[in-house]
Amino acid sequence: MTIKEKADQLVEEFAMFDDWMDKYNYLIEMGNTLDVYDEKNKVEENLIAGCQSRVWLYAEKKDDKVVFSADSDAVITKGIIYLLIRVFSGHTPEEIINADMDFVDQIGLKEHLSPTRSNGLVSMMKQVKMYAVAYQNK
Amino acid sequence: MMDINKIREQFTILDQEVNNRKLVYFDNGATTQKPIQVIDSIVKYYSEINSNVHRGVHHLSQLATDAYENTRKRVRSFINAPTTKGIVFTKGTTDSINIVASSFAKAFLNKGDEVIVSELEHHSNIVPWQLACEQYGAVLKVLPISDDGSMQVEQLENIISPNTKIIAVAHVSNALGVINPVKKIIDIAHKRNIPVLVDGAQAIPHQKVDVTDLDCDFYCFSAHKMYGPTGVGVLYGKEKWLEQMPPYQGGGEMIESVSFTKTTYNELPYKFEAGTPNIAGVVAFEKAIDFMEGLGVDNILNHEKELLHYATEKLLAIDGIKIYGTAKNKAAVISFLHSSIHQYDLGTIIDKMGVAIRTGTHCAQPVMDHYGISGTMRASFAVYNTKEEIDAFINAINVAINMLG
Repeated sequence: MTIKEKADQLVEEFAMFDDWMDKYNYLIEMGNTLDVYDEKNKVEENLIAGCQSRVWLYAEKKDDKVVFSADSDAVITKGIIYLLIRVFSGHTPEEIINADMDFVDQIGLKEHLSPTRSNGLVSMMKQVKMYAVAYQNK
Repeated sequence: MMDINKIREQFTILDQEVNNRKLVYFDNGATTQKPIQVIDSIVKYYSEINSNVHRGVHHLSQLATDAYENTRKRVRSFINAPTTKGIVFTKGTTDSINIVASSFAKAFLNKGDEVIVSELEHHSNIVPWQLACEQYGAVLKVLPISDDGSMQVEQLENIISPNTKIIAVAHVSNALGVINPVKKIIDIAHKRNIPVLVDGAQAIPHQKVDVTDLDCDFYCFSAHKMYGPTGVGVLYGKEKWLEQMPPYQGGGEMIESVSFTKTTYNELPYKFEAGTPNIAGVVAFEKAIDFMEGLGVDNILNHEKELLHYATEKLLAIDGIKIYGTAKNKAAVISFLHSSIHQYDLGTIIDKMGVAIRTGTHCAQPVMDHYGISGTMRASFAVYNTKEEIDAFINAINVAINMLG
């Protein structure tokens, strides 16, 4: 599946929920299915700045694809990271760099995109792109 | 007995829904809502008397100037300052503190001198002093707090030295709600001729402030935290200090005469009011003072005490909740955490239920470091809040805990 197809699929999944509570319950559930994050990567350099909760994001290159792993000490944030990883992990740097990131807004989690210092979602998305750029030349 | 429902009618913003739930606004520590008379005053100002102040001889400029200066007189009386010369209008508490830190430092701070702040200060009462110390080679010393959030005033005598030039402390902690013994601190400081700046941002909405009784050298606060507009603040200073302090910003209004060979400065308080101020804001600020004095500051205090007591009891009854700032003397502010759920998660869910609180470090990272935590949830009350709202808040917390636990 392309990044766009994965993003569209997510938007569809969330569209099933009218109630914000169900949406958040689903988000939390998904966050709990994140692969276990390697403790050795829970270091300062992998922390995303601008988050009220702590978020670690790690990327490695496997063949020509970028694979992401992440963790957070806040459950909702974990859910959001899960969304990002599900959509972007396992793609080439070029695909990630050129990808659109509006699906979070389309899912209806816009408040997590606000420019206040409360959430690092924007920082996370930037970091995903930065990793892709870094791996582009490797 | 105040009729809270009648009071709420003056705050139309409160009458709205968030996600199909009634808005419960408990973030008054960040900013308060404004009664209709404050809002109307701004509209009236621009519709009827807008003109630049202190500059013109025409009718409108006279009206605008009178209104502006009238607020200054009201502020003087509101905090019982000796004269209006010591009442400077600023952009807010942060601006007021920056003015003192910068200007006082320029006049009095030398290499090796010391400035004392407390561990629970808001960043606005830390960073300006750090900047000043850096600039002049001075040292910043910290008065610690105990685990209940109270300042360890008994340590003050040990921290004061012959090099201490000024002490800057909060009247009420914005992160913990603890009311600090500033009068005692001022007494100790004055025995050694050390001036004290008090950050009154979180005190002014919750209690009667008397700067003559406190005998503080500087007192800073913001209009927007006491039902007034944003962009307006007060720096009260004892004339003897303000006279000796150089101007903070240069420009129009703060001068007496200007030439390229010599410029002389205006008298107090105008020396510190460069440029065109937030005239509409200052004029409307008077209505906020009217509002508080009309209800009676003591009545506001009593109502808030009830809310604080009620909310504290209800919160403590929830499994896993811990309150930070447990000192006896508190303003209507509660900082708390859940033992296993992150405050960001809880805050997000209860926002969905219409409850507005603040989560995070509250611009007081040293306080969070003291407790080894990343932040708290903070509910801060105002006169228009009710017990019913607290019930809705507690319900939202319980729903959130169920979802996230």
